[in-house]
Amino acid sequence: MRRTRARAVWALHLAIILLLLGLQFVVPPFHQVMLARIMALAVYAIGYNVLLGYAGLMSLGHAMFFASGMYATGLTILYFGFGAGAAFGLGVLASAGMATALGLVTLRASGVSFLIVTMMFSQAFYLATLYFNEITMGDQGFIISGLLPPLWAGGRELAFSDPAVKYNLALVVFALCLLLSLWLTRSPIGRVLVAVRENEERTRLLGYNPLSYKLLALIVSGSIAGASGSIYTLMFSYVGSSFASILYSIYPLLWTLLGGTGTTLGPLLGTALMTYVVDIASGLTSSYLLLVGATLLILIMWFPAGVMGGIRARWVRWLP
Amino acid sequence: MSFEGHLFLALLEGTVTGFVLALTALGLSLVFGVMRIVNVAHGEFFMLGAVIAWYFSTMLGGFLLALVAAPLIVGGAAFLADRLVLRRIEYKPESTIVATIGLLYIIQQLVLTVYGPYARPVPAPVYFRLDFPWFGYSGYKLVVAGVSAALLVATWLVVSRTTLGLYMRATQQDREMAQAFGVSVHRVYALVFALGAGLAAIAGALVVPVQQAHYLMGLDALLMSFVVVIIGGLGSLGGTLAAAFLIGVSDGVVSVFFSPTLAKIVATLLVALVLVFRTGGLFGEEGT
Repeated sequence: MRRTRARAVWALHLAIILLLLGLQFVVPPFHQVMLARIMALAVYAIGYNVLLGYAGLMSLGHAMFFASGMYATGLTILYFGFGAGAAFGLGVLASAGMATALGLVTLRASGVSFLIVTMMFSQAFYLATLYFNEITMGDQGFIISGLLPPLWAGGRELAFSDPAVKYNLALVVFALCLLLSLWLTRSPIGRVLVAVRENEERTRLLGYNPLSYKLLALIVSGSIAGASGSIYTLMFSYVGSSFASILYSIYPLLWTLLGGTGTTLGPLLGTALMTYVVDIASGLTSSYLLLVGATLLILIMWFPAGVMGGIRARWVRWLP
Repeated sequence: MSFEGHLFLALLEGTVTGFVLALTALGLSLVFGVMRIVNVAHGEFFMLGAVIAWYFSTMLGGFLLALVAAPLIVGGAAFLADRLVLRRIEYKPESTIVATIGLLYIIQQLVLTVYGPYARPVPAPVYFRLDFPWFGYSGYKLVVAGVSAALLVATWLVVSRTTLGLYMRATQQDREMAQAFGVSVHRVYALVFALGAGLAAIAGALVVPVQQAHYLMGLDALLMSFVVVIIGGLGSLGGTLAAAFLIGVSDGVVSVFFSPTLAKIVATLLVALVLVFRTGGLFGEEGT
């Protein structure tokens, strides 16, 4: 029984990845770009969900990790002429470093204090990107298209301006992060994280050190967020301060809540729904962020489990 | 201008900022203290006050009327928000934060729709100039400081001398015990939330003649209020006041001599560290 369940779970996730692989040949170009963007941003939400959904820590400072990935990738390409692979690796490393440093300091706080502390650090990071505008170009940001040497695969040149290249890059990173988060949540580490979320004292009593598990979750979460920022930079070749602003800390929270906190597929679903809704609304009105506010309010008041959480509670009990 | 001139200007600006900051942060501190929740939409109440002040002074009977109307309208809106939203989610700390983030964007974007993306000034109701040896200074800023001081004293009197204040303090100290003694905790919560919003709104209205009203001005007010409340200590009136001046003056000095952005970076980092290293966390009982 357990075996078949596990097989069904992995099959479901692989099927979704295959579905996304196939979709690019079916959908019109506009939606292809949208889907590529959604996959890159869903990676961000997957990272956020590792911390909120499994370790039970709500952060309002993830923009710092997302933007660390962006800036590490963008700045090394801009100033040192790094290739895409090296710049991406550095982006993930930089955000992992930020997450480690932040975790060592902020994990002394919990609950609401953790929220406020992460928000404050992230705000300081955002202000720093404005303050050092000689390097970062501040609000205006900078563009790296043209500086980036194309990738080579099997003797074929893959230019970053090609929509198909964007799509498949996003898909590869997305698939890796989705499977990583699935594996993590089903591994013994994931079980301990859930135990920490449910009852920290009892977990400590059982001989686990909650702090080191929470730090691990934060580092994984931050690195995945950084990977998202990094791939986003490579795909859309723009880096600017606005990606470090508080709105970009609220987005992954919104996506995760909408899709379903603590579900592996929720982040993708939440990101897809919200990105499409915001895209349509921003064509109609300049006040499209109203939808962000209203969705948050409706979710927290009536649907705290989100879409996948609701599906799991009602129909498909075995969803991870 | 000489060094002393700059320093004097920084101190003066810092003191005026300190008063306004104290008034804004006091509302957040009361809500923090009595209701044990973090209101992320607090800055938007400040912004609403400023925007309402612009409407009143340009269309509806003048700036002075705005100083009365802004806190009443915004307080009423906050009262509704408490009844319709916060009470439903039972003031759970993390849900409240998410809900007030929602409120933040709803208020901000509605203002963008109705008022537009402009930064609009309002002529000061009183205009006189104070001449110092180095520069002339707008007398209205001193009026702002004076009115803020009066309101701070008034709030302190309400909290320490009236029955409502007694109920507030009782609820703050022990919610269940207060309820057992017949205090309607729900009504106290709604009133405190409205009072906190009203204080922010009046602060917002006061600064419009110096700062202009803009739909994005709330975030800065919110962050600075957080800084003040966290450094000053939760629900402590004296602490809030002291912290407001400390932050106001140091912000003024660093802004004049270095850069406003650097001043904000220093303040936010300082606060984050205070919050991390103060044992017991934000609400005293949280830390494990």
